[in-house]
Amino acid sequence: MKTGHPQLDGQGNLKHFLTIEGLSRALLVEILDRSEGFLGVTLQAVKKVPLCRGKVVANLFFETSTRTRTTFELAAKRLSADVLNLNISTSATAKGETLLDTLRNLEAMQVDMFVVRHPSSGAAHFIAAHAAPHVSVINAGDGRYSHPTQGMLDMLTIRRHKGDFANLRVAIVGDILHSRVARSQIAALNILGAAEVRVIGPRTLIPAFAEEALGVRVFHDLREGIRDVDVIIMLRLQRERMTNALLPSEHEYFQLYGLTAERLGVAHPEAIVMHPGPINRGVEIESQVADGPRSVILEQVTNGIAIRMAVMSMCIGTQNIAMQADGKTDGETNG
Amino acid sequence: MINSEIWKDSAEIDGIIGRMADELRSLVAERAIEAPLMIGIHTGGVWVADRLHEVLELAEPLGHLDISFYRDDFTRIGMHPQVRPSYLPTGIDDRHLILVDDVLQSGRTIRAALNVLFDYGRPASVILVTLSERDGRELPIEPNVVGLHAKLEPGEQIKLSGPHPLVLLRGQSTKTSAVKAGKASFAAPARCVKVEARR
Repeated sequence: MKTGHPQLDGQGNLKHFLTIEGLSRALLVEILDRSEGFLGVTLQAVKKVPLCRGKVVANLFFETSTRTRTTFELAAKRLSADVLNLNISTSATAKGETLLDTLRNLEAMQVDMFVVRHPSSGAAHFIAAHAAPHVSVINAGDGRYSHPTQGMLDMLTIRRHKGDFANLRVAIVGDILHSRVARSQIAALNILGAAEVRVIGPRTLIPAFAEEALGVRVFHDLREGIRDVDVIIMLRLQRERMTNALLPSEHEYFQLYGLTAERLGVAHPEAIVMHPGPINRGVEIESQVADGPRSVILEQVTNGIAIRMAVMSMCIGTQNIAMQADGKTDGETNG
Repeated sequence: MINSEIWKDSAEIDGIIGRMADELRSLVAERAIEAPLMIGIHTGGVWVADRLHEVLELAEPLGHLDISFYRDDFTRIGMHPQVRPSYLPTGIDDRHLILVDDVLQSGRTIRAALNVLFDYGRPASVILVTLSERDGRELPIEPNVVGLHAKLEPGEQIKLSGPHPLVLLRGQSTKTSAVKAGKASFAAPARCVKVEARR
């Protein structure tokens, strides 16, 4: 049923997952709650559940990515779905086929879900708008716009360490200007009610009017910015930004914005350190911190699988849902 | 829950659980089972299992299962958002299990629970215990120990409220609102229910 909302079906359930903006706090909490359940699946001898058995998930990666593609693939397989991995840059579209022709062919192969990564902002919305009604689309990162599952896996990691968001001070450090990850994190933190979100970076890598547009506090001094914060999220510095003269050098960036053990001392004593990966050691963060006791970077990877399982199951669960109640949900129905 | 009636109050349920514990103790002795591992199915099954576990003074901690990820009707009715991770205190390979649920009707919950268990390991045996059973079996699953049997009119439901106190309620099922709310509820006043104790 069309509701006008690009991501929800007629009953307000998640049909596509394109961006965090515009979603309710309740829906974000539901994603986090479901993910907690999926974390337990890894403790089983058989690390699979049958929720999406018979469904087909196609990973459409117009941009190379090992980690994100792998975690989406693993999430789909742990839900018992069949997975197609398509590296579009070396396949049909490179031979001249249009994107819509590629989509139509995949739909004809009875694909139920597209996981899309694309260098252009808005690509996932475009595909969702043109996909067949039974197909769900998940944005795995588009341009500078959004990377919603990364944003949510960061929220899951934060919640598992800090509990409630209400009193949290979170600092995001690095290339805010080009970062779809930062946009999704900021949106999620604001919706979930974080007390304060700070962005820290050189003037060339902070969007103009960030305070008004993003609802954050802007700092250009790392020590000042991370003082007393509960969570520090370091962003990956893309090396091409150096060649575009947005930064003088990696060395200078590390001197000013690299997270060291000594600098970490001004944050809250129990502050956690996060990074979406892959890490540039000695550029954004020194190894002593990346591998230290405050680092939760590898937990983020584990949580990423659970978040993607939650989002995929929620989207697929709305594809042919019927309004009927039977079965066991709350200790009160008969099964 | 709306307009439901108490079918069995907490005192009656305490008595039923006491008789179930006696029957279960005899069955375990008859099968020469040592150190059984008790596992309740979320949510009502855990409440019943908790009482049985206490009465029987079992040594191993109580386990619990959430079967949401194993439902066979997930794409029809969706999934409850509050999925609690399953917890098993030890490995279950070659262990004798006592699986506890509150209400047995179609048998699909137990089918799902058995699938969950077998994804954790291969138990030596499983004894099924339910507080109550009612008509409507869709799968060939029967409990080894059962507290009550209810013969209900079409559309009627029974459900366990708890954990303190444990009360069995009966009422008319309102199916349409239940999906959205993620749970079933009762609306119209309940009709007469024929109830008979198993023992």
